[in-house]
Amino acid sequence: MGGPAALSEKGSSARAGVAVSLRGVTKVYDSGVTALGPLDLEVRNGEFVSLLGPSGCGKSTALRLIAGLSASTSGTVGISSRDGQVRTGHSIGFVFQEPTLMPWTSVRENVRLPLKLAKMPPAESEARVHQALTHVGLSDFADAYPRELSGGMKMRVSLARALVTDPEILLMDEPFAALDEITRFRLNNDLLSLWRNLHKTIIFVTHSVFESVYLSERIIVMTSRPGRLSAEIRIDAPAARGEDFRTSAAYADYCRKVSNALAPSYAGQPGS
Amino acid sequence: MSSLQNPPLSSDAAGAETRGLRLVRILLPVVVLAVGIVLWELVVRLNDIPPYVLPGPGAVFTTLIHDWPELSRSLLTTLLTTLEGFVAASIGGVALALLFNQSKWLEYSLFPYAVILQVTPVIAIAPLLLIYLPQQTAVVVCAWIVGFFPVLSNTTLGLNSVDRNLNGLFQLYGASRMQKLRYLKLPSALPFILGGLRIAGGLSLIGAVVAEIAAGSAGAGSGLAYRIAESGYRLNIPRMFAALLLLSVAGIVIYGLLALASHLILRRWHESALGKEI
Repeated sequence: MGGPAALSEKGSSARAGVAVSLRGVTKVYDSGVTALGPLDLEVRNGEFVSLLGPSGCGKSTALRLIAGLSASTSGTVGISSRDGQVRTGHSIGFVFQEPTLMPWTSVRENVRLPLKLAKMPPAESEARVHQALTHVGLSDFADAYPRELSGGMKMRVSLARALVTDPEILLMDEPFAALDEITRFRLNNDLLSLWRNLHKTIIFVTHSVFESVYLSERIIVMTSRPGRLSAEIRIDAPAARGEDFRTSAAYADYCRKVSNALAPSYAGQPGS
Repeated sequence: MSSLQNPPLSSDAAGAETRGLRLVRILLPVVVLAVGIVLWELVVRLNDIPPYVLPGPGAVFTTLIHDWPELSRSLLTTLLTTLEGFVAASIGGVALALLFNQSKWLEYSLFPYAVILQVTPVIAIAPLLLIYLPQQTAVVVCAWIVGFFPVLSNTTLGLNSVDRNLNGLFQLYGASRMQKLRYLKLPSALPFILGGLRIAGGLSLIGAVVAEIAAGSAGAGSGLAYRIAESGYRLNIPRMFAALLLLSVAGIVIYGLLALASHLILRRWHESALGKEI
């Protein structure tokens, strides 16, 4: 297992290998607005990283660049898989801000979509669809239509669809922002246990300090317009986090620290 | 995460209210119709109006029964023309929209002419078509001209209103052009296409009737519109009304069937069909 050469100095980490690396990446829109960068970012295999920043700071743009949904104006975006090979979009799962389900078909067919597009025969994909739905606790709802589900359940379907190709990297763009707090907490916990069990690399975009501290190993705080890295905070808490952690003093300390790091990003914005 | 499939608790009360409202919505037009027929009959009888000026509803109904063999044959002819025009309009409209969607060049080159065809009154085109085409073909072409534009423009609109995020999702998973069309664009456009077909159904009937009227003097046609024209020459006013009645009913049935088909196809997912589910 010959990992890529450029590695972080924390050689003690068992999961060496860079999953995603951005170097000097910028994004300038046709209107001339610089949305992002230059941004340098490296995410190791199996890491849970949050991109945190005010609305419109380019964090979603960064995610779309990593996913290959839009092209960077300059700089390089590198995706490499565990075996060192560079691969394309198929090793990436993407969860959008909205559930983004096809309303005209069942939960099962929605989850099956990535496999269907990869031309996998239905007989073969059936087991994987079932497994993905089981991961998110929705195996009983395979025949339901999206409109019959609550917001939280729709988001779970969206997550199952991202998991069905068994990607190594999961990109999540403020997936729980529109949910009520209780549902969001529950999905946070489920996401953490999925991450622990499935060993995915997760890049999670959010504007919630509390959510980012609760979930991540590392938080990238970004400035707004153009989006740049302003601070990087490591959360040294056990991976098996639960409601205890949410009410602990350490959690509150981290939240304060991250809030302080985030404050300059809001400086000069109206209403702050 | 368990009770989410049940409908809201208040649905019983709301359901009763909706049912009541629906009953009123069906009853009111029926009452208006009955009142109208009675008034019509009264006006004719009280003023002693002769049937060749204005026949009463009774006379119209009697004519309908008496002339049924002839009228039904004409109805069938008109319906067949309408159906042919409608099918041609549906296939043509959807196919053209798909082509436009795949090639912008084609769209830019041809769309203006589709609009021109649409805005030029068909009654003015029909006599020309009747000169150059066999009569039956000309009549179907008229039905097609009137019906195809709503299908084309609605399908185009539908194909262009695909959800942006879903589009990104398909891109992320490397969907081919055909896959995108089949699994994303066509299902997204389906409600729009069905809406277009619903309009096209009624319009095809109008196109068929207009062409039949225009062709009337040529004599060979035997559709309902031709019957109306012919009866007019013979001052057989009750038969004009009877044929008109049949045309109206045909239009209503066509619309109803297409609306029903649309509802059945969309009822599991589309907003437009959900309200009726309670």
